[in-house]
Formats: sequence, structure tokens, C-alpha cells
Amino acid sequence: MANDPIHQFHISKLIPIEVGGIDLSFTNSSLFMVATVAAASAFLYFTTGARSMVPSRGQSMAELSYEFVANMLRDSAGTHGMKFFPLVFSLFMFVLFANMLGMFPYFFTVTSQIIVTFSLAVVVIGTVILYGFYKHGLKFLGLFVPSGVPGLLVPLVVAIEVISFFSRPVSLSVRLFASMLAGHITLKVFAGFIVSLAALGPLGIATAVLPLLMTVALTGLEFLISFIQAYVFAILTCMYLNDAVHPNH
Amino acid sequence: MFVAPAFAQESTSDHQLQTELEVETHEGTGVFPPFDSTYFASQIVWLAITFGLFYLFLKKVLVPRIGGIIETRNGQIAQDLEEAARMKAEADAAVAAYEQELADAKAKANAIGQQARDAAKADAEAERKKVEAELESKLAGAEARIALIKDEAMRDVGQIAEDAASAIVQQLVGSAADKSAVAAAVKAVRS
Repeated sequence: MANDPIHQFHISKLIPIEVGGIDLSFTNSSLFMVATVAAASAFLYFTTGARSMVPSRGQSMAELSYEFVANMLRDSAGTHGMKFFPLVFSLFMFVLFANMLGMFPYFFTVTSQIIVTFSLAVVVIGTVILYGFYKHGLKFLGLFVPSGVPGLLVPLVVAIEVISFFSRPVSLSVRLFASMLAGHITLKVFAGFIVSLAALGPLGIATAVLPLLMTVALTGLEFLISFIQAYVFAILTCMYLNDAVHPNH
Repeated sequence: MFVAPAFAQESTSDHQLQTELEVETHEGTGVFPPFDSTYFASQIVWLAITFGLFYLFLKKVLVPRIGGIIETRNGQIAQDLEEAARMKAEADAAVAAYEQELADAKAKANAIGQQARDAAKADAEAERKKVEAELESKLAGAEARIALIKDEAMRDVGQIAEDAASAIVQQLVGSAADKSAVAAAVKAVRS
């Protein structure tokens, strides 16, 4: 059972809670959400406590992540988009810390749950839709009608645009979820090979070196993917928010 | 992330059975755990709570703080650059003022020198004129005295001529000549 690569994604109740017949138990997933938020907050809070003019190493990292996200948002959504900075910054830090915490052995990866990534994507798309209608009213629908399209093609293009708009939350959430899930399963499978081969005797132990090397390499790759997926999630959020700020572009 | 199989091998069959049972009850139909909707509500609620709190903490505390640090630093740098530019301008102005003063002093020194030279020249000129005038007056005096002496000598010459003429006349004629006639004759010759 423990050799099952899927086992790591199981959710187990830690504190059972039920409200109105709905199971809202505090699970290992909830625990790691709390841990992610606590770690990210602590990192940003304690490194910037000194507010030094010449930053310490930690403060430099906190400022670097701040400016990284700020530049990302300013480049894609302009200065008007900066009002969404807290949202994009918290999404980036949350996904990054959730992915990185997931790299610890025995830790639960929050972002490997489709419902978590989908909820985050819904927050993004919901913000885009609500802000778009609030700021531009019905003109926001102009987003679906690109300018310069011949009249006959308009219905077709609009249909395509609407489909592409509503597939955004799906692609945004599935991309992150699938990357984390696949990465962790692959790691687990290769790590399982090491043990299975080692159990076969001397020849098996010698052969087990290969999956071991593979596991080491994959671990490095997974750290890279953890960062890249957080970056991709944040930059796509910026691009979608740009539609809410400038729907006619 | 992943549980070492060694750990699993140690566990009793009881435990394994229990886990399998658990899995069965949790998974129900044995669906892939991430797609198991049993805990969807719980995950959504806990995500909303944790992420919501994180968002608020970031928005209210961390973003203003880090933004403030960066802004303060940028402001400090801009201020320092401005200060440096101001100081440079001041230094340039001081150099210009110094050069101006130097030029003024040089011009002043030239003027003083020129004045001194002019004064000295004027003094020398005056001295020269005074000396010349003195010499002139001395010359005039000397000329006057010469004329006086000459006059005296000329008058003596008349007297001598009269005496000589009366003596000659006495010798030739044998009698003393008329004094006034001799004087008239001498006067006529001399003039």
C-alpha cells in the first residue's frame, strides 16, 4: 500500500468538523494550507522586520520576490493593474510555498489537489469578470469581439473567444495541478524502483543505482518546476487581469 | 511526499488491512484521490480561510511594509543624488567666484601699479620742470649780470676813449680840448 504512488495524495481527517451535513473536517490538506500560509507570511514578515536601507540576505529575498511580481504585473497589465498587486503577490507566494513545501518527504502537496488549484483559478477569473463589469460595464463584453473582424465571421470569432475565455480557469488550474501531480508520481515511482530492485539481492542493489540517480535528477527538476509553475500561474493571472483593466486591447 | 516501502514492510498486516479498508471507505468507488469529491467542500472552505487570511495579511501589512522599504530606499537614493548635484553646483559656483575674485584682484593690482607709475612719472616731470625753471632763472640772472658788466665796461670804454682823445688832442694841438666836444665825438663814433 505504501508503495502506491497515489497514496501521497490521500486526504485524511485530522479534526472532524461537520456543518449542516457538509464535511468540513480539518484534514492534512488543511494543515498544509495553514503551513504554507504560515511559512510564506513568516518569511516575508520576519525578513523585513529591520527595514534596513542596506538589506540583509533575507530582506533582499523578500524584496526580490516583491519586485519580481510587481514588475511582472506592471509589464503585462500596466500601472492601472497595480491595484491587483496584493492578489497576484499572494497567489504567487501561496503557490510557490505550497509547491516547495510539497518537495519535503512525507509532506502533503496542496497544489496537487485539482479542487485547490481550480479554486485559485476561479478567484482569478472571478476577479477579472467582476472588476471588468464593475469598471467598464457592458463594454467589457467588447473583449469577446476583436476589432477588424469581417461581419460574417463575428459570430464564429465571438464563440471562439467565449470558449477560450472560459477555458482559462480550467487550463490555469489543470496546468499547475497536473505538473505537481505528475512530478510527484514520477518521483515516487522511481524511488519505489530503488527499493524493489534492492530487494532482489546483490545484482538488484547494483542496478538500483540507476533509478537512484534518476530520482536525484528528478528532485532537482521538481524544484525547478515548483518555481516555474508558481511563476506561470502568476504571469497568466497578470495577463488575464490585463483583460479586466484594458478590455479593448 | 512518498512513504518508504521499508516502512510499509514493517507494518503489520492489520495495519495494511485497516489502510485498505480506510481507502475503500474514503474512496468509495476507488476514484483517483485528487478527483475524490468527498473533501472538496472541506478543501474549498479551508483554502478560503487560509488564503483569505494570507491575502489580508499581505495587503494590510506586508505589501505596504516592503513597498515602503523599497520606496524609502529609492527616495533616499534620489535625494542623495540631488544632494550631490547641488553640492557640485555649489563647488562650481565657488570655483567661478574664486576665479572672478582673482581676475578682479589682478585688475586692481594693475590699476594700482599704473597709478603708481603715473604718479611717479608726474613727480619726475614736476621735479624736472622745477630744476629747469631754476636753471632758466639762474641763466637769466647770469645773462643780466653779464649785460650789466658789459654796460659798465662799455661806459668805462667811453670814459677811456674821451680821456685818450683829449690826451691826443692836447698832444697834437698843444692845448686842452673842449671836454663836451670830445664826449660828443666819442659818442658819435661809438654809436
